[in-house]
Amino acid sequence: MTESSHHEKIELLTLSEVADVKGFVGNFDITIKTNPRYVNMSKCTGCGECITKCPSKVLSETDMGLGMRKAIFKPFSQAVPNVPVIDAEHCIFFIKGKCKTCEKFCPAGAIDYEQKETIRTEKFGAIIVTTGYSMFDISKYGEYGAGKYKDVITGLQLERMLDPNGPTGGHLVRPSDGKEIKNIVFVQCVGSRDEEKGMPYCSKICCMYTAKQAILLKDHFPETQSVIFYIDIRATGKNYEEFILRAQRNYGVIYIRGRVSKIDNLGDKLLVYGADTLLGEVVKMEADLVVLASAMIANPDAQNLARKLNIPYDTYGFYTEVHPKLQPVESITRGIFIAGACTFPKDIPDSVMMGSAAAAKTCALFAADELTVEPKLADVNIQKCVGCFNCIGVCPFEAIQKDVVGGRSVAKVIKTLCQGCGNCASTCRAGAIDVKGFTDDAVYAQISASFDEIEEREEHVAG
Amino acid sequence: MLQVDSEQVHNFKNRILQLSDVDVTRCIQCGKCSAGCPVAPDMEEMPNQIMRYIQLNLKEKALTSPMVWVCASCVTCSARCPEGVNIARVMNVLRRLCIEEGYQPGQEQVNAFNSLFFDNIKKYGRIYELGLIVQYNMKMMTPFKDIGLFPDMVRKGKISLLPHRIKDIGSIRELFQKSKRFIKG
Repeated sequence: MTESSHHEKIELLTLSEVADVKGFVGNFDITIKTNPRYVNMSKCTGCGECITKCPSKVLSETDMGLGMRKAIFKPFSQAVPNVPVIDAEHCIFFIKGKCKTCEKFCPAGAIDYEQKETIRTEKFGAIIVTTGYSMFDISKYGEYGAGKYKDVITGLQLERMLDPNGPTGGHLVRPSDGKEIKNIVFVQCVGSRDEEKGMPYCSKICCMYTAKQAILLKDHFPETQSVIFYIDIRATGKNYEEFILRAQRNYGVIYIRGRVSKIDNLGDKLLVYGADTLLGEVVKMEADLVVLASAMIANPDAQNLARKLNIPYDTYGFYTEVHPKLQPVESITRGIFIAGACTFPKDIPDSVMMGSAAAAKTCALFAADELTVEPKLADVNIQKCVGCFNCIGVCPFEAIQKDVVGGRSVAKVIKTLCQGCGNCASTCRAGAIDVKGFTDDAVYAQISASFDEIEEREEHVAG
Repeated sequence: MLQVDSEQVHNFKNRILQLSDVDVTRCIQCGKCSAGCPVAPDMEEMPNQIMRYIQLNLKEKALTSPMVWVCASCVTCSARCPEGVNIARVMNVLRRLCIEEGYQPGQEQVNAFNSLFFDNIKKYGRIYELGLIVQYNMKMMTPFKDIGLFPDMVRKGKISLLPHRIKDIGSIRELFQKSKRFIKG
């Protein structure tokens, strides 16, 4: 990320969102809304003095609620750019009108409470959408005490706990009472492969990251013992199966095939009720910490963007590619590519592959002097067009525009946007629009020719 | 209900590893051993479940399982295991542990037959079939169970009335002496 921020041909727009998209491949007009940072980026040196002095504390989003952050903060230690941002919702100055502690202590005079959001429109040739994913809310699982017991956490929260810069400074202590942790139980498929409470799909990454965390725990804290409850182990990647076996054989991680049914409080410990379906017996065990592998879900905000960009999405909110096997990084709108977990849960290697593919596709698109389009396009006969513009309303790709020819208003098809669906052709009352190669006359001729053939055959049989 | 204790969970597995040089952790519970086991269809437990008991430190379950004693040591399981777990050897070690730790074999008959069998070998260097059958049936309180077969078997020369001792009985006894070092009691 740091590298990309220094690249001469990359402009990183942080705190910005896409407000509107117009145009078509090679000619997108994108309206960008940049939210105020309240810190002057060119003056700030990133010293962090403001962060240490800020009196307002809020639960940290990066630490998944395990730690606190200030109202002026950097989201995480390697954040790019290395400039803090003021969270206006929690900043005492923005709430009560006085404080300005950060301004007082800033040696560079970079704090600027007067910043306003800016909106600008720029031209772009192509768009790559990588909106990522979100995590399933585990509190739907009351039987696991999720949200009730502090020591029932998610995989991402454990990841934060293992980070030396994280909320516990890399120490493995219970979130409830700060005591040491010996026994850890991992529960796989929380919110995934569950049609009743969660998502029916497999979240794909959990098997591997759980095994990784169990290995890490054993490496850093050899006195701990991890037990993993699973339905199946889905380790389908290069060296993945070997990785799982290594966790079992070299790190003594116990795998129990069966879902956990209930987690209870027992004194200051947790009591996990599960089943070992390989033995056909129910299992009960004590744990200091329970880690739930919550499912990857679509970013809830991604649907808004999808509507602006005309990208279809499925029932879960994941973006739909043109073809899941042959065109996995292309959206149905030409010049808009999709990559990463916005299409479906995927791990880092898959995301990197998809990102690289989308970048290569974009380069290929720009390298050509001319665009080749499918010959199956809508074509307006301007002599017949009466200018009712019913076609504009039915076009899902916004490929029809109003045009004036010889003083008359007529419809005009933008060839790069048209996908040849034929909606306009069937809507046009004047019969002015045809899909090239599929004129009404041609289709009728084909139909009657096929009937003639059938009649001939029947006559032949009868005769 | 099984109680899995995280702190003890590796104990029994490590003991088996020590005694047999077989790492039961390697077992992936695919069930190929059970599918090929000639005695498993008649048993309540399958060989892969015995491996699972060891993986989860369920020593009591493993050592009281009749499967351990019914195992015919045909070694089909070990030959076919995709992970190279020598299941037959583990079964052998389990039988040894049963005796060492005073667990009675899962079935009374097994124990009775086992001890009579070895008494015979010790005495004659081979099996004295008539003697073994009579002794076993007496012990099982079914003295006349096989009596109907007796006349036919004698007539056809399938069973001899007197025991035959092998020539070099000394080396057999030596074998027993040597193995005593491994099996207590």
